[in-house]
Amino acid sequence: MTTSLIGARVPRKEDYRFLTGAGQYTDDVALAGQTYAAFVRSPHAHANIRRVSTDKAKRAPGVIAVYTGADLAAAKVGGLPCGWLITDVKGQPMKEPPYPVLAQGKVRHVGERVAVVVAESAAQARDAAELVEVDYQPLPAVASAAKARSSGAIHEIAPDNVCYVWALGDKSAVDAAFAKAAHVTKLEFVNNRLIPNAIEPRAVNAVYSRADDSTTLYVASQNPHVERLLMTAFVLGLPENKVRVVAPDVGGGFGSKIYLYAEDVACTWAARQLARPVKWTADRSEAFLSDAHGRDHLTVAELALDKDGKFLAMRVRTTANLGAYLSTFASCIPTILYATLLAGQYTTPVIYCEVTAVFTNTTPVDAYRGAGRPEATYVVERLVETAAREMKVEPAELRRKNFIRQFPYQTPVALCYDTGNYEATLEAAMKIADVAGFKDRREQSLRRGKLRGLGYACYIEACGIAPSNVAGSLGARAGLYEAGEVRVHPTGTVTVFTGSHAHGQGHETTFAQVVADRLGLGMEQVDIVHGDTSKILFGMGTYGSRSIAVGGTAIVKALDKVIAKGKKIAAHLLEASEGDIEYDKGVFKVAGTDKKKTFGEVAFAAYVPHNYPLDKLEPGLNENAFYDPTNFTFPAGSYVCEVEVDRETGATQIVGFTAVDDFGRVINPMIVEGQVHGGLAQGIGQALTEGCAYDDTGQLITGSLADYCIPRANDLPLFKLDMRETPCTHNPLGVKGCGEAGAIGAPAAVMNAITDALGVKDVPMPATAQNVWRAMHRA
Amino acid sequence: MSVRVSMKVNGKPVSADIEERTLLVSFIRENLRLTGTHVGCDTAQCGACTVHLNGKAIKSCSIVAMQAEGADILTIEAVAHPDGTLHPMQAAFKENHGLQCGFCTPGMVMNALDFASSHPNPSEQEVRESLEGNLCRCTGYHNIVKSIMAGARAMAAAK
Repeated sequence: MTTSLIGARVPRKEDYRFLTGAGQYTDDVALAGQTYAAFVRSPHAHANIRRVSTDKAKRAPGVIAVYTGADLAAAKVGGLPCGWLITDVKGQPMKEPPYPVLAQGKVRHVGERVAVVVAESAAQARDAAELVEVDYQPLPAVASAAKARSSGAIHEIAPDNVCYVWALGDKSAVDAAFAKAAHVTKLEFVNNRLIPNAIEPRAVNAVYSRADDSTTLYVASQNPHVERLLMTAFVLGLPENKVRVVAPDVGGGFGSKIYLYAEDVACTWAARQLARPVKWTADRSEAFLSDAHGRDHLTVAELALDKDGKFLAMRVRTTANLGAYLSTFASCIPTILYATLLAGQYTTPVIYCEVTAVFTNTTPVDAYRGAGRPEATYVVERLVETAAREMKVEPAELRRKNFIRQFPYQTPVALCYDTGNYEATLEAAMKIADVAGFKDRREQSLRRGKLRGLGYACYIEACGIAPSNVAGSLGARAGLYEAGEVRVHPTGTVTVFTGSHAHGQGHETTFAQVVADRLGLGMEQVDIVHGDTSKILFGMGTYGSRSIAVGGTAIVKALDKVIAKGKKIAAHLLEASEGDIEYDKGVFKVAGTDKKKTFGEVAFAAYVPHNYPLDKLEPGLNENAFYDPTNFTFPAGSYVCEVEVDRETGATQIVGFTAVDDFGRVINPMIVEGQVHGGLAQGIGQALTEGCAYDDTGQLITGSLADYCIPRANDLPLFKLDMRETPCTHNPLGVKGCGEAGAIGAPAAVMNAITDALGVKDVPMPATAQNVWRAMHRA
Repeated sequence: MSVRVSMKVNGKPVSADIEERTLLVSFIRENLRLTGTHVGCDTAQCGACTVHLNGKAIKSCSIVAMQAEGADILTIEAVAHPDGTLHPMQAAFKENHGLQCGFCTPGMVMNALDFASSHPNPSEQEVRESLEGNLCRCTGYHNIVKSIMAGARAMAAAK
């Protein structure tokens, strides 16, 4: 080991199994005595349930059991809990309506679960589900956030369908600043609702053993411990020690697999009744109807500027659609993870944001890649670009004029940025994107009958939400630390257990690089284990781009303990004082001498302690750490998008996309670039192709991959990427996180480019050919 | 109704009594327990279930197993060399970081193998068009495109 593994493009350890079909996803798990569940789902957006008849279904071939809401109520199965309590502007707690696992007398969105059938085969379960007769009394439904307050109550405790009205910032200071502004830019837009669509559908396989009263749940989850805690403590009332949750290979999450879902609970409960394993795998239609959706904001945003283009204040009013029920972390997304990001990269001195969160007869909405931060970036970056055009200033120049340049920087919306260099990423992005040559390219496009536009987005992100006590004071009902354990084996190889969970991020490689680098071992001597509550310490899982900053740091803290103990052992073996022992590249040395012991020799001594200070030191070399960060990390970057719009059809093609990100120190640039590519694709998807649509009766119109268009290869360009590094100041690796950046920055960059091409103020997302054509013809 | 089907899968003759409506992908996954072939959408949109039927890439969720009677099926499990060495296309995916969560990957590789057999040196645009029937939500296709271009060239060079 001579060169550092930090910053190295190490090929992924996990690839071999995925490339040879040896991955083990939840649906691949087949257990002895396996049964299959199928859910009966509401076809109505809002209806009373007068009667559920299961007789025919129970008599169908292969059926083992049929359960309804009445069965779960009789068994005292609780509702699904919400993990974040928002306190409203009047100091009152948000409205928290019950969220039943199976409907209790009423359904509130299309796809809500009414009954579950368990049968010997998946086909038999589906056939029998068709035989469950439900007598519905349809009620008026509302799908749009705009109409929610004036529609009939969905929940008794929220007569006006308002969950909370929440605000952040100094309203009177903002109003005063607006009063003396030289220029005010105002935009009103919808941040379109998205459906996550991980390619692996959600799946669960629950098994109960009467022999030891234990339950094992295989589930496509991003955070197995959170799943277990919520299910045992709040829903099923089971002892946590009797439940094991395994999240094996998981085929993408993007937020949608964070939450405790009703299907997980129903299958677990049924498995315990039947003492047979119960498996359910969503089909794509069920994924559309029941995976938590993302975004769906209706926003009026204003930016006040002085005559020189300095930002004076920002005022934002947002109505956020939460759907029919509060999903696990729904309440904190349009508040804590949204309004706090409205300073962006700028010195805007005062900001006020008011959020009205409403219930509608739609699928619950929760975190989806970026979660609040893409919505905030869209507000800020659409405002800034529009203001620049209105004031006839170069958009990059207006940004430069307002960039934060001194760190740490306390924003008026609660966050304190530790470090950054926004000028550096913008300058690099403009150079790579050849902004200087844009005018020529625009003319060339015009000659071909195409409108060309260029748009920027300079985003900021807050990752690794923390510290726990501050989050707790803001309403979090969970801790936000991470756990790591380093188990050194007697021969000096290492297994590391992490509470983070990988579902595409490549932690088995990135984390192994950190460990191998720190201990001076080879990559093949390090294994990373995650996703099994019976193996790992209580961890919080993966979401919010937190894994390297929080999970990686927990591992580093445990490694530090391993090295500290190793020094004690080495000191004994080398008959030196502990203070004279140095550790470097796998070797403990007495400083200034050639006396040394390898890491393997020290590990062996720890487990075969014949020559060992047993009076002072325990045998073994196994350390763990819990790490609770002192602050968020703040990745940031500058994106430049260039589009061509066909004047005849409105069809938009991305002809250039440059992303320059500052993720702090980068462990594996190949993996980080991959994360950016994927984020950009989802952000571009939001801007161009993806738009969840409900009709006025609450029917999901975009309920399949033929109607809801996630980007295909031909919709996307090759991306131009670069990075700048300002290391995070408050974690030992200097890392910030990279998973969501692309999805956060891309939508504003694309829409700024399209509006530039068209010369219009706004085009609604997704900018489909139809929407663009309409905007062209309105202009 | 139960029906007997027989075919060759990964070079081995297999047969089973199955329901007539059993999809080829269910037969492969459930009856043969070859779980490398995935189901992402059941509507022929995503391509995660792509296998080769008599040498051509098909979506195994779109035909019933009976339609493959007597056919020669190749799944992702038999693409690598029997000694475990990755096929040049698989190796290209690894080298170019053409996969993240791995769920779409078997379908991507099976489709790419078919495509590359007739495109020894494809352009970026040709590769993008070849991916019309395969969805990936992780990679933005950037590195998949690079992988297939490199894999196709490596396959041509190995001939």
